[in-house]
Amino acid sequence: MHIVDGALSNPVVIGGAVSAVGGIAMGLRNLPLERIPAAGVLSASFFVASLIHVPIGPSSVHLILNGLAGLVLGWAAFPALFVGLLLQAVFFGFGGLTVLGVNAVNIALPAVLVGLMFRPLVARGSPLQGAIWGGIGGGAAIAFTTLAVAVSLMLSGDEFILAAKLVFFSHIPVMLIEALLSGAAIFLARRVKPELFVDTKGSLA
Amino acid sequence: MTYVLTGAERPLSGIGAFRAKVTALDPRMRIVMTAVYAVVVVSLSNLWVLSAALGLSMWLLAFSGLPPRKTLKRMAMMDSFIIFMLVLLPFTVPGTPVLSVWGLEASWEGLRRAAEIALTANAVILAVMTLVGSMEPVTMGHALFALKTPERLVHLMMFTIRYIDVLREEYQRLSTSMKLRGFRPGTNWHTYRSYGYLVGMMLVRAIERSERILAAMKCRGFSGRIILLEDFRLRRADLLFAAALTAALAALIWAEAFYAAS
Repeated sequence: MHIVDGALSNPVVIGGAVSAVGGIAMGLRNLPLERIPAAGVLSASFFVASLIHVPIGPSSVHLILNGLAGLVLGWAAFPALFVGLLLQAVFFGFGGLTVLGVNAVNIALPAVLVGLMFRPLVARGSPLQGAIWGGIGGGAAIAFTTLAVAVSLMLSGDEFILAAKLVFFSHIPVMLIEALLSGAAIFLARRVKPELFVDTKGSLA
Repeated sequence: MTYVLTGAERPLSGIGAFRAKVTALDPRMRIVMTAVYAVVVVSLSNLWVLSAALGLSMWLLAFSGLPPRKTLKRMAMMDSFIIFMLVLLPFTVPGTPVLSVWGLEASWEGLRRAAEIALTANAVILAVMTLVGSMEPVTMGHALFALKTPERLVHLMMFTIRYIDVLREEYQRLSTSMKLRGFRPGTNWHTYRSYGYLVGMMLVRAIERSERILAAMKCRGFSGRIILLEDFRLRRADLLFAAALTAALAALIWAEAFYAAS
């Protein structure tokens, strides 16, 4: 899901960078000093989760779990996922440097949106109800992300339209897996540590 | 154990074992020059000039003292992700046909575009890995802070760097205990639910761990200030390196303009 340097047109790269700066600023504003350890440790757990490969048929996919990140972290998911992408680019060589902004927006904006939309629903009702909403949120985040990747490719040139469509359709199984996994994760978290999602302000639990 | 970010077999301080020329240079200068390098290379489009840029990145790798094979392997891994998009390009860009596969015409222009993206992506990521990725992760955090990155973002990054290895061990403990209980991953509901519980458990433990961390930090009077353990200084070698790299970039820009004019 990472886009590399050199593929996108300048307006897309610049637009992505500017929006990413805005998103990070917004996320940091919602991150008081007291919450930094929690956000940092969660950011590290999502980084580790992205190293997990789950089987799908004869192949395997690695997890992204940006929906879950948004549900747990709210706006703080933006800087947290940005940090993950930065570390991946610098130490693993995944993605690129000038496209960091675009990649951050593509992954973190869906996370934040899902967090804002589904977080109250996930915290309410029985753990099973929360899990179902969490699953929908987890799947929706990947759908938004693939759509955002497809749109950033398409805005850069008509030659990418086919690639963009293939990116979207080939990720439908990933959406399902992420939905199932996020739902199960929420179910467990709701039963083991219900206060994870209970927060009056809707900011980081 | 191997460390996730650095891939080293020994703790972070052990990296000094293969400390070479680039790693002795000022981290702030390396970060700034890498950003400049990336912007310049992305703006190039001539294939010869881009090949020269990739050559420059290779030279940086040789100069950096990073294990070349491992680094190139990582670069090749990125290529395996994008190869799919690159293979499609010749068929989607209209232009003079060069060859046809199953009745689909591949265009010369598309082939050129694919080569351009591949060269750019590899040149930039290789420079990023050699100039910035060769730092200790903590040093990178301090250097970014010295370059006026918001304090909280740096804190967040330092926490992430610190806890990636701790949490990966936690993940490995959990997956070992799953294996001991006879868990075999496959394409089924049971697998996805179990992985979901695994992730959920990791999050719960992470939150609980962060509560203990916060308490320990409060106990030590944490105020949110980043204390720089090393003071960064621009030495002559740093300025020389920056000047040499700038000259090389200027030469690339000149070559690009020259080819565009001719």
